[in-house]
Amino acid sequence: MAGDVARTGVTVVSGAFLGMPAFPEAARAAVHDATLRANLRHATRTIRDKRARAVAELADFPQLRAAGHAVKDHTLRHLDTYLLRLEAAVTAAGGTVHWAADAAEANRIVTELVLATGEREAVKVKSMATQETGLNEALAEAGIRAYETDLAELIVQLGHDRPSHILVPAIHRNRSEIRDIFRAEMGGWGRPAPEGLGDDPRELAEAARLHLREKFLRAKVGISGANFMVAETGTLVVLESEGNGRMCLTLPETLISVVGIEKVVPTFRDLEIFLQTLPRSATAERMNPYTTLWTGTTDGDGPRTFHLVLLDNGRTDTLADDVGRQALRCIRCSACLNVCPVYERAGGHAYGSVYPGPIGAILSPQLRGTASGIDASLPFASTLCGACYEVCPVGIDIPEVLVHLRERIVQGGPVTRAGARVRIRPARGHAAERAAVRAARLLLDRPTALHTAERLLARARRLRHLPGPGRAWTDTRALPAVPAEPFRDWWRREREPQR
Amino acid sequence: MTAHDTSANGAPRMTGRDVVLARIRRALAGAPPAAPVPRDYLRVHADRSPQQCADLLAEHLADYRARVHRTGPDGLPATLTRLLSAARGVLVPDGLPGTWLAAATAAGAVLLADRPEDTPAELDRADAVLTGCALAIAETGTIVLDGGPAQGRRRLTLVPDHHVCVVHAPAQVVDSVPQALERLDPTRPLTWISGPSATSDIELDRVEGVHGPRTLDVVLVWSQ
Ligand code: SF4
Repeated sequence: MAGDVARTGVTVVSGAFLGMPAFPEAARAAVHDATLRANLRHATRTIRDKRARAVAELADFPQLRAAGHAVKDHTLRHLDTYLLRLEAAVTAAGGTVHWAADAAEANRIVTELVLATGEREAVKVKSMATQETGLNEALAEAGIRAYETDLAELIVQLGHDRPSHILVPAIHRNRSEIRDIFRAEMGGWGRPAPEGLGDDPRELAEAARLHLREKFLRAKVGISGANFMVAETGTLVVLESEGNGRMCLTLPETLISVVGIEKVVPTFRDLEIFLQTLPRSATAERMNPYTTLWTGTTDGDGPRTFHLVLLDNGRTDTLADDVGRQALRCIRCSACLNVCPVYERAGGHAYGSVYPGPIGAILSPQLRGTASGIDASLPFASTLCGACYEVCPVGIDIPEVLVHLRERIVQGGPVTRAGARVRIRPARGHAAERAAVRAARLLLDRPTALHTAERLLARARRLRHLPGPGRAWTDTRALPAVPAEPFRDWWRREREPQR
Repeated sequence: MTAHDTSANGAPRMTGRDVVLARIRRALAGAPPAAPVPRDYLRVHADRSPQQCADLLAEHLADYRARVHRTGPDGLPATLTRLLSAARGVLVPDGLPGTWLAAATAAGAVLLADRPEDTPAELDRADAVLTGCALAIAETGTIVLDGGPAQGRRRLTLVPDHHVCVVHAPAQVVDSVPQALERLDPTRPLTWISGPSATSDIELDRVEGVHGPRTLDVVLVWSQ
């Protein structure tokens, strides 16, 4: 079994991320990879044009965005209250609630729950939270096989690979690579790929359907995340496209959902905001094909046992930061990735985390701290062009948080780590970054005005015309921005004079 | 759910729950109050007649490759018989009207009752499932099932490869997502379906039909 697991590569994800080189090195490698860049360019451009059309269809999208922003802020401000309300509602509906302060605790809870069922395998629906905790590896160590069932996650898992996009984790793979992975690896996990499998997406999807079907039909344990949890009713919500989510959420006898504490919203009615903004921002659809809402357990329909594991793992540390806490509003739509010129060039892997792109650049250093090279460099993986902020359906001012994190890394200062207030020392070897902060400060002009509404407008205007290295991005940034200068060159120019 | 565990030496030990709640309270100490939530977004995005609303539903369902069939109450049985003509076994949830059952039988299909003891593998032998719905949303092209009469357990509309769903207009059709949530009961298991299952995971090329039913037939029945 152990050999099996090693061969089929249930390892990696978080392990590999930790040893990641810092962003600039990883990005430099990525921009040299022509296939990767072509895949990414095609994919992100396709989706961002579609998104713009889907959003434009709703005349009140700005109002929905403002409401989503406010609901999330309100919930975060009273997070303890809403989590307790959620716990009571889920419990009343027949579920069991567990609390995990960190990844290890979450993994231990889930492992024990699975072992208690007597099962040694589980089907999983794509979940950022369990990727973040490295759950699959923890389960593998306990002799439990976790099967990813989202098509892209399956491609990643079979390819011994890491996800590179929030929504389309295999966005860096093209069809022929996927065919090769299926041909080589499916047999080691279950039903092999059909003879003579071609690279038509239809054929590939059919191969995945056949491969996973036997797993769904016999699964006794399902593991999921959730997009939203409703405090008032104890309802969990999962949006998906393929039906693998419905399979995992309804066929097994036991369902275990691992969800970040920031995913709670106060009322059922609040879903009317996010069920409009999320699908349009994410897959550019009016609505995704399937959305499942469940409240505890229902007699005779779906799992008989439901466990909810509430995950902190750095979220409360993020909450303690006045500027940084807005990152917790994120609903993981990935719109910010798709418009980001740096993401398009560097690819998701360069961010060294399950959260790539602009949101990853502000979330990972807050969830994990900035002790590692990769986390300390992430806030600099941006030109501050502001495109991410413009598309964000919950109005996260990513550039503002980036500048804030840069300052903290360069100048040091108080942070919260694992619930304790500590002071980080100014980073050494960050001369270029120090310069970058100065430049950013100049742009921001008057830091004292940071909290006024006018500031946002004024700054957004100013950021459109960044001086120096930023110009290459901003001057051409009619949203599908075509940077005149490759990211690699920009970095080199930025950093080399300091060496 | 006790507040404290006891560690090996008998001293009280913080549970994960205590730790997380304490961290939240510390993190929020001194945080400014949150702004009130502005709810000035629209309840509906256009002023539509019931007929226009049904038209929009049909258009949006078709956009995502659901096959839409419009008929009156008189034409319903013949439509169902035609749609189910290729199916040998059809799953029928409790509460299906007798005329629908007769229409499925007329198609030559064996009717398979929704039995709780059936395993998913047994359900997999059915070719199709015939249901009603709780409501449908025009603006997004969505049908919503809540496990009520004529809808059955969630797995019924998941395992077979072909789902035939009857929607009554105008009674079951709402304009918008906010209107839908007002009508729905959160304590019921809800499944929102917008077209057949699909994936865009390979080069963002949309492929219809992965794990859920690959064919979704929506019969939109107009009766005033
Ligand atoms: S930061 Fe905003 S745009 Fe980016 S994934 Fe999160 S919600 Fe979407």
